[in-house]
Amino acid sequence: MAAVVKRFFDSDLWWSFKRSPVTVLSAVVALVCIFGAALAPWIAPHDPFDLASLNLIDAFKPPVWAEDGVAEYLLGTDDQGRDVLSAIMYGARVSLLVGLSATAFATLVGVSVGLIAGYVGGAVDGLLMRICDIQLTFPSILVALLVDGVVRAVVPREVHDQIAIFVVIFAIGISEWPKFARTVRGSTLVERNKEYVQAARVIGVPKLRIMATHVLPNVVGPVLVVATLNLGLAILSEATLSFLGVGVPPTQPSLGTLIRIGNDFLFSGEWWITIFPGVALVAMVLSVNLLGDWLRDALNPKLR
Amino acid sequence: MADAVPMFEARDLARYFDVSRPALQRLISGEGRRLLRAVDGVTFAIPKGTTLSLVGESGCGKSTVARLSVGLYEPSVGEAVFDGRDLAEARGMADQRRRMQMIFQDPYASLNPRWRVADIIAEPIRAFGLVTTRSEQANRVAELLTQVGLSPLDGQKFPHEFSGGQRQRISIARALSSNPEFLVCDEPTSALDVSVQAQILNLMKELQQRLGLTYLFISHNLAVVRQVSDRIGVMYLGRLVELAPAESLFERPRHPYTRALMEAIPDLDMTGRERIPVAGEVPSPIDPPTGCAFHPRCPLANDRCKRERPEMEVAGDALVACHAVEEGRDMAA
Amino acid sequence: MSNAVPLLQVKNLRVEFPTRRGTLVALDDVSFQIAPGEVLGVVGESGAGKSMTGAAIIGLLEPPGRIAKGEILLDGRRIDNLRYEQMRRIRGKEIGAIFQDPLTTLNPLYTVGRQLVETMTTHLPINPAEARKRAIGWLEMVGIPAAAQRIDSYPHEFSGGMRQRVVIALALCAEPRLIVADEPTTALDVSIQAQVIALLKRLAREKGTAMMLVTHDMGVIAETADRVAVMYAGRIAEIGPVREVVKHANHPYSAGLMASIPPLDRRVERLAQIDGAMPRLSAIPKGCAYNPRCPRVFDKCREVRPDLMPAGTTEAACWLYETEAARG
Repeated sequence: MAAVVKRFFDSDLWWSFKRSPVTVLSAVVALVCIFGAALAPWIAPHDPFDLASLNLIDAFKPPVWAEDGVAEYLLGTDDQGRDVLSAIMYGARVSLLVGLSATAFATLVGVSVGLIAGYVGGAVDGLLMRICDIQLTFPSILVALLVDGVVRAVVPREVHDQIAIFVVIFAIGISEWPKFARTVRGSTLVERNKEYVQAARVIGVPKLRIMATHVLPNVVGPVLVVATLNLGLAILSEATLSFLGVGVPPTQPSLGTLIRIGNDFLFSGEWWITIFPGVALVAMVLSVNLLGDWLRDALNPKLR
Repeated sequence: MADAVPMFEARDLARYFDVSRPALQRLISGEGRRLLRAVDGVTFAIPKGTTLSLVGESGCGKSTVARLSVGLYEPSVGEAVFDGRDLAEARGMADQRRRMQMIFQDPYASLNPRWRVADIIAEPIRAFGLVTTRSEQANRVAELLTQVGLSPLDGQKFPHEFSGGQRQRISIARALSSNPEFLVCDEPTSALDVSVQAQILNLMKELQQRLGLTYLFISHNLAVVRQVSDRIGVMYLGRLVELAPAESLFERPRHPYTRALMEAIPDLDMTGRERIPVAGEVPSPIDPPTGCAFHPRCPLANDRCKRERPEMEVAGDALVACHAVEEGRDMAA
Repeated sequence: MSNAVPLLQVKNLRVEFPTRRGTLVALDDVSFQIAPGEVLGVVGESGAGKSMTGAAIIGLLEPPGRIAKGEILLDGRRIDNLRYEQMRRIRGKEIGAIFQDPLTTLNPLYTVGRQLVETMTTHLPINPAEARKRAIGWLEMVGIPAAAQRIDSYPHEFSGGMRQRVVIALALCAEPRLIVADEPTTALDVSIQAQVIALLKRLAREKGTAMMLVTHDMGVIAETADRVAVMYAGRIAEIGPVREVVKHANHPYSAGLMASIPPLDRRVERLAQIDGAMPRLSAIPKGCAYNPRCPRVFDKCREVRPDLMPAGTTEAACWLYETEAARG
């Protein structure tokens, strides 16, 4: 393990990371977001879901630096006296969870489809890629809305609230997998014609095994890049769905839900209720995307 | 040759590739299917313990023959026979498959960059279950590394830590690890520098003597081929034009194309002779010339050559597919 | 031939590549010259620096590589310190470049005729009509059949061998005085290779063009070059008349290299080989870079790096010839 760590710090990747201040800054922002979100139950100043602790007297408190601000609520409170900072931390937790799960789901489906299409080729490839093409002609948000709509129509309301988060994950994941499939198929087509794969075929190594042990490890680079860039998109999709009111249930507000709720107060002067969740969303997505950009360049030998 | 059954036999072997445009485009343009006859009916046999080389320019189909002979491609027409058995059938049996291996041209693409060298070499050992314990496997890998002139410690490294020549040694070690008898070598030294090429050729010859290997050796370099072959086949546009014992081919090349190839090799001795390069280029195998494929470039071509495709005929100790040789017209020239 | 006024002079050229693990010296103290009408062959194993030398001369070193020391003079004028625009003008007009892959030189969007005409009208005082006439002449000269018809074809309509001829025509049409050809025949089949070599030879003879011919194929060098430079690990190991270097090499490395070429006229049981491999740039041994592989190594070789010194009919960077050099 120590050797692996040492190798990482000796690698070109770490070297190019250190040389790019934007990337380092992005990484710091992303880490703050991730830790803040993951550790919300322990480090958040308030529990926004504990109705007992809410006090309507504290409603509409502005951020601490404004005239009426109080130190207890750093970023102010909303219409019910909920601490905005805590709500953001809990909300980011939901956003991140959905984003990561949806990306993982899309990666799993996309990589499998891409590997099979690229390696098996022929009619299988044609069929899978046409499905990809069809999927890509629909905007992903439309696919997500469709999936959500269908699920709403077929399951009763109480059940829906419970499975809503999984529906969102599925809806976002299913609309994103073609990108992974195309990337992996492209790399697989290159790798499968390489001579080390042919050497394995001469020995008679079974197809699935060649895909898993030879091709897959050599196509993960681009997958990692797409996955990182896609994480930002997935978080945004979730926010959009929640903003439109078809995402996660209001009992588990994500950043998108917070922005929607706060939106109602934007013109009555309580701007902080919507702006801060928005800033948090932008910071999270932007930092992740910048990391993805860096990763793409760092893994591209031509640009090194 | 005590054993009369050849290690490998190609009987009228052919492989066509469909290079038609997609169905929809064909439908619109009304154009038919197009076949690329990469290999168009070649027949040869390789007796056990000997080396047959195939030479020719790019696009002549020699690499396709190599892939056909280990089953990476299925023949479109004809038969590939491995030690008296149909190749496809032999490929279905692990103990037969173990007996054939391949060495590739590009030492940079032939090793999985994410695997350690020891794992690369052990892959065939594991695939065929040749050893039962991990320590036996490690011993065998160490032995193979030593055999190809590397250190057993090199097994822990990754391929990118080696030079081209060393990588080709690793490829050879991997090929040897299943104790094969038949090795198909597709341009094994073309990507290497000349001093390293000598190392690899010496190693291959040494291994052949020690292990009694049979080689099918593919190359475009006649000088290399001369050093390793017992017999040599010259290919042009998917067909064999001449098949002869190595010495005989160099002492007395019969087919006009064989002569042209030899004539084209730059002269290291600087005798100052003006070479007359053969005119023109290799035609497209999608749309080969009628009759003898070489006739547009051949100084001996006549009407018959344009019309009628020559078959391989015995000429001394060689087989030659040429009307001019058959008719004795080549002597006059 | 070496007495003639040199057209190209390379003096103590040193090319460095700054990397994160320190500076790699890709070329070190490389000096040679080429006279008008002379063909200098540059041979060596991959990574020896032969292509890098060509790239440095035409001002196309790939970044972060840079010339750290030394001078390159064309006709007595320094060209290694020119700005990009100035160098670009020289590259078309006075130095022609031919690369291994013709596709990197030709613009796929323009017909070959247009590319030839533009090159000529940019660098020569002629009008387009005259340029077109000459373009057809050049295509005929490099052996493209029916040049008058094919001049309006696009690069992809030519086969590999024909494309390489077009590249040669393009390199020659502005009538440069120096041609830098980097593996011009390596991608070609032997029969086409022979045609291209014959063409280059004829041009050097007829037009008095000087040429630096970089290749790993000793046969091509033997047929085409007047003099040869053998490179090893970023330095010139030996330089001299082609016949001498090929037949009676003085440096143990050139001798080993020549001996390891498989002969065409006979079969040998065991080819002469040089054991080991060329060192990486990051691990060049102390003293003579060849010393760990050299069969004639002695103590001094392991300590002090030799410079080129007279060695019989050639110059070799080898301590074996030290006493001879002192005498001579």
